[in-house]
Amino acid sequence: MTSENHIIETKDVHLYYGKKEALKGVSLDFLPNEITALIGPSGCGKSTYLRTLNRMNDLIPDVTVTGNVTFENKDIYSPKMDTVELRKKIGMVFQQPNPFPFSIFENVAYGLRIAGMKDKAKIAEIVEASLKKAAVWEDVKDKLSKSALALSGGQQQRVCIARVLAVEPAIILLDEPTSALDPVSSGKIERMLLELKEEYTMIIVTHNMQQASRISDKTAFFLDGHLIEHGETRQIFTNPHKKETEDYISGRFG
Amino acid sequence: MEDSQKKLAEHSGKSRLEKIGKTISFLCIAFIVFVVLSILYFVASKGIATFTKDGVSLIDFLTGKIWNPGSIGENGKPLTGALPMIAGSFIVTLLAAAVATPFAIGAAIFMTEISPTVGKKILQPVIELLVGIPSVVYGFIGLSVVVPFMRNTFGGSGFGIISAAIVLFVMILPTVTSMSVDTLKSVPRYYREASLALGATRWQTIYKVVLRSATPGLLTAVVFGMARAFGEALAVQMVIGNAALMPTNLITPASTLTSILTMNMGNTVMGTLENNVLWSLALILLVMALFFNILTRWIGKKGAMN
Repeated sequence: MTSENHIIETKDVHLYYGKKEALKGVSLDFLPNEITALIGPSGCGKSTYLRTLNRMNDLIPDVTVTGNVTFENKDIYSPKMDTVELRKKIGMVFQQPNPFPFSIFENVAYGLRIAGMKDKAKIAEIVEASLKKAAVWEDVKDKLSKSALALSGGQQQRVCIARVLAVEPAIILLDEPTSALDPVSSGKIERMLLELKEEYTMIIVTHNMQQASRISDKTAFFLDGHLIEHGETRQIFTNPHKKETEDYISGRFG
Repeated sequence: MEDSQKKLAEHSGKSRLEKIGKTISFLCIAFIVFVVLSILYFVASKGIATFTKDGVSLIDFLTGKIWNPGSIGENGKPLTGALPMIAGSFIVTLLAAAVATPFAIGAAIFMTEISPTVGKKILQPVIELLVGIPSVVYGFIGLSVVVPFMRNTFGGSGFGIISAAIVLFVMILPTVTSMSVDTLKSVPRYYREASLALGATRWQTIYKVVLRSATPGLLTAVVFGMARAFGEALAVQMVIGNAALMPTNLITPASTLTSILTMNMGNTVMGTLENNVLWSLALILLVMALFFNILTRWIGKKGAMN
């Protein structure tokens, strides 16, 4: 595991909301084309950690980040970093499906338009391809001009994923993408994520142990701002090295 | 057992209290509805009397260009053309809204998106203060500052539509701004996050997501400002010159529905044509208020559907 292979490396990341320390020195690396699940109880810092990777925490006032986060060997917290470019490379799917109050087509085309793409045929082509990849094309192909808000929660979330795919990121961060959805919709999204693994690196925060064990290659367990354990998903779930991990995944926790 | 059955069957103290509360609140709302309906009926019956009792035709009233209700025109009918005032009201309102809208939205963007702390600590209180200033003060400032400025710049008396529009612009600016701020604040944070996470710049996010999804609310704010401008009487009356003439340019005296109303209502006798025709003007104002009200509701409904 040489460092050239890692697409994202984080070293001793601390994050403070004002004076409160939310991340207490997290070091974790990610390999390309793998799905890593971040698990842990609420408030353990896993979502916060996820948001340091595309600098979404910048939006919150009074946040300080120390430590080292590199994406493709570039320090993303360096003053020279262009966050706009960074976020095109590292897409994000949120917990609540959050389509814009536009048509389905415009939602997916949004990232292309803000990037300055004008060619209508090309935009339509990418929108279709993205919706297909996100396994929602069949549901929406006849109503692309309808408002995305009229779709069901699961469809909305898949449109949101298509919206991210259209920008062609290298990495997709998913912050509990199925926690607001019913099991059938969740299943569809899980299958889709497994298919997307060929092309993308994914990091997914989840509260659902089964989900983590079904779809992820690696699992990282967070507790109280610390990274407790990180390794192959199979090993974490069958043979955890740390007692806290075992307690948490077997439900004996808090 | 029988005891508890009996207890359940009879009215408890609490259910009686519920009933009393319901009755009181119903009486209150019934009173308000009664007052509103009475006013509507009063204004309408008086306003319509011009046409039914005094035989003025509605067309002449709405399109006539000469306003002099005391005199008889060549066709033997009283000169009750309200078009100069109607036009004056609309021009003043539209001008004020057209100038106020960009300023208000710009200020609202600054206060919500660019610098929320300065917005909250300094601008918000300032705007609330401006909303609370009585209109006579705005009129007085207009009279002592705007009118002389116009006189020195364009010549003439300085009274006119442009002076009224400027005073109204300043008057409605805080209202439109604070409503726009509320609208922008109510745009969910996750729209902004989604946009930024897709690699949009802050400006792209404001322009393409925040303003776009806030459009119905912003339109409502502007319409609300227009309603206020349309109905404002005192401040306008002080600076517009109150000549019931068809406005031909922006710097000569003109008049609005409200300014003619406030000027003349004390000088007419109840029941005469001169008096009734003023009520007709009031009826137009009422209908316009209703129109603005329906318009904001319609915008709100349309916005909710997307």
